[in-house]
Amino acid sequence: MRFLDELREGLVIAWAAIRANKLRAGLTILGVVIGIVTVTLMGSAIQGIGTSFQRAVGQMGADVLYIVKFPPFEPQEWWKVRNRRDITLNYARAMERQATQIQMVVPETFTESSVKRNNRSASGVRIVGTTESNFLIRNFSTSKGRFFSSSEVDGGRPVCVLGADIADKFFKYEAPLGQKIWVAGIGYEVVGVMAASDKFLGMGSDNHVFIPITQFTARFVNQPDVTILVKVRDLEKIEDASEEVRGIMRKLRGLAPGKPDDFGIIHQDVFLKFFSRVGGSLAMAALFITGLSLFVGGIGIMNIMFVSVAERTREIGIRKAIGAKRRTILLQFLIEAAAICLIGGLIGLAIASSITLLMPKSLEARLSPGIVAIALGVSILTGVVSGFLPAWRAARMNPVDALRSE
Amino acid sequence: MSLIRLQNITRSYEMGAETVHALCGVTLDIQRGEYVALMGPSGSGKSTMMNLLGCLDTPSSGTFELNGSLVSKMDDNQLAEIRNREIGFVFQSFHLLPRSTALHNVELPLVYAGIPTEERRELAKASLRHVGLGDRMLHKPNELSGGQRQRVAIARALVNNPAIMLADEPTGNLDSRTGEEIMLLFDELHRKGNTIIVVTHEEDIARHARRIIRLRDGLVAADEKNVRSMPRAMAVS
Repeated sequence: MRFLDELREGLVIAWAAIRANKLRAGLTILGVVIGIVTVTLMGSAIQGIGTSFQRAVGQMGADVLYIVKFPPFEPQEWWKVRNRRDITLNYARAMERQATQIQMVVPETFTESSVKRNNRSASGVRIVGTTESNFLIRNFSTSKGRFFSSSEVDGGRPVCVLGADIADKFFKYEAPLGQKIWVAGIGYEVVGVMAASDKFLGMGSDNHVFIPITQFTARFVNQPDVTILVKVRDLEKIEDASEEVRGIMRKLRGLAPGKPDDFGIIHQDVFLKFFSRVGGSLAMAALFITGLSLFVGGIGIMNIMFVSVAERTREIGIRKAIGAKRRTILLQFLIEAAAICLIGGLIGLAIASSITLLMPKSLEARLSPGIVAIALGVSILTGVVSGFLPAWRAARMNPVDALRSE
Repeated sequence: MSLIRLQNITRSYEMGAETVHALCGVTLDIQRGEYVALMGPSGSGKSTMMNLLGCLDTPSSGTFELNGSLVSKMDDNQLAEIRNREIGFVFQSFHLLPRSTALHNVELPLVYAGIPTEERRELAKASLRHVGLGDRMLHKPNELSGGQRQRVAIARALVNNPAIMLADEPTGNLDSRTGEEIMLLFDELHRKGNTIIVVTHEEDIARHARRIIRLRDGLVAADEKNVRSMPRAMAVS
């Protein structure tokens, strides 16, 4: 009861003090506003990047292993790995025959080329050579038409499936299906258009043209270095399957026991782990740097509270003379500092939420309830922490001296 | 039992390298219902005495009992509680909170005492009416005259029903006529049974009290009944 009364009295006094010095309080609040805006924007951007990344990585498929020549995120001296042999198409066939714990094997390789149709052209388009199962393994879907069939792959037919952006570019006003598109001088019939994928930092397949791998080897690279996608039979036993695939690869490569692998088997977890490790520390660094602006805001609060305490020395003396305890005075000034910060926090959140609405959608930056709660908590905490020293000074004042001050 | 009992009170301050002895062994008793003037020239220890009696400060040595509690050994928070409960201050420069209404100023001691809002408001209103400011409750100090401000301060001093009302040069910032009005209010409060201690250097003010204690060089120089005031007060009652 008494505490609640003192709290209410504190709020009334704080409000009166803020109103009495509008400009001063406004400038102090501005410092907190800037701090809260930067911190919440950074926080929601980090959160947004995290979700987009996870979704993009999710497209790799949880039950798919990728056999590659150079695995990412495993820094090695380049001179040790540069002479690695390519992963060839033969391995894919051998894998399909020998492995027992897998249900599908898909080779995939790519090159970059220009694409033309009538008087339009695009350069640097990724031409992906693969088999019909790629469609199944990655859960791709088409918005128009179909993926190419196994017979088209076996027969090396000049057909293609376009990524969503490529299709938009070349077939803005007409239906793409059945039309021809020219890749490096060869005409390919469009049999399907991919549904738009989740984009994240250039990942995704919207800018790709898929052709049968038999066409790829015939027209572009005869012996390509491929990535082999392996879908495991049982997600629970993905570790076992990975070991089996590794054993088969070592045998195919003719590696003696004790020699290190000269290939990599990766899985989406590798990306997720990498992201949570690197992303986590990057996020901490970013939040720390933006947090500095909040720190500066806090110093502003401390400064203004020292002024406020000095200015109201006599008031403190009066309050003490008529029975205010140390705790009461301390609480009063803490409430004042916290109120200033809370106002700043609310304004900051309002600004930050309107900015996030203006941010590009692909960043997925949103103010989540969690961030809002943290921002408000942090602003109150800033007020309490930076207001403590001035409030403590006020609370410890000697009433005789305080009353005498003018 | 005496309301106030001072025994061998000393108070000294460190002023740079020097030690100033403001009080050098004061012993005196004040009974409930007394009207005392505390006089003395500047440097006599008058202000120090007032701070000690008001529980704003503690003595260097000696014992001070107020209404049965040993104040001289109390810590900060206990002193705040005693001030809240037992002392009502009236200051020379009023010492009202400038941004608060008269009513809120008078309510403040009750806020610190933890009295519920409704009760507190009623008590504060009653106290303001008592000093003749029933129609000025929602005015802020700068909307009131000096005499009215001092009345607000008196209402605030009395709202907690304290053991003593301690006034420090209560008419020092008022013109002589308003000052006289305030002193008549004091007389009336005294007749109603309040214990009043007025610290002053003016003989005219001290004349209202029934007992005059004169300090000189940190000691009680004289402590006498004020015979002159008696007949006047008698005549009124």
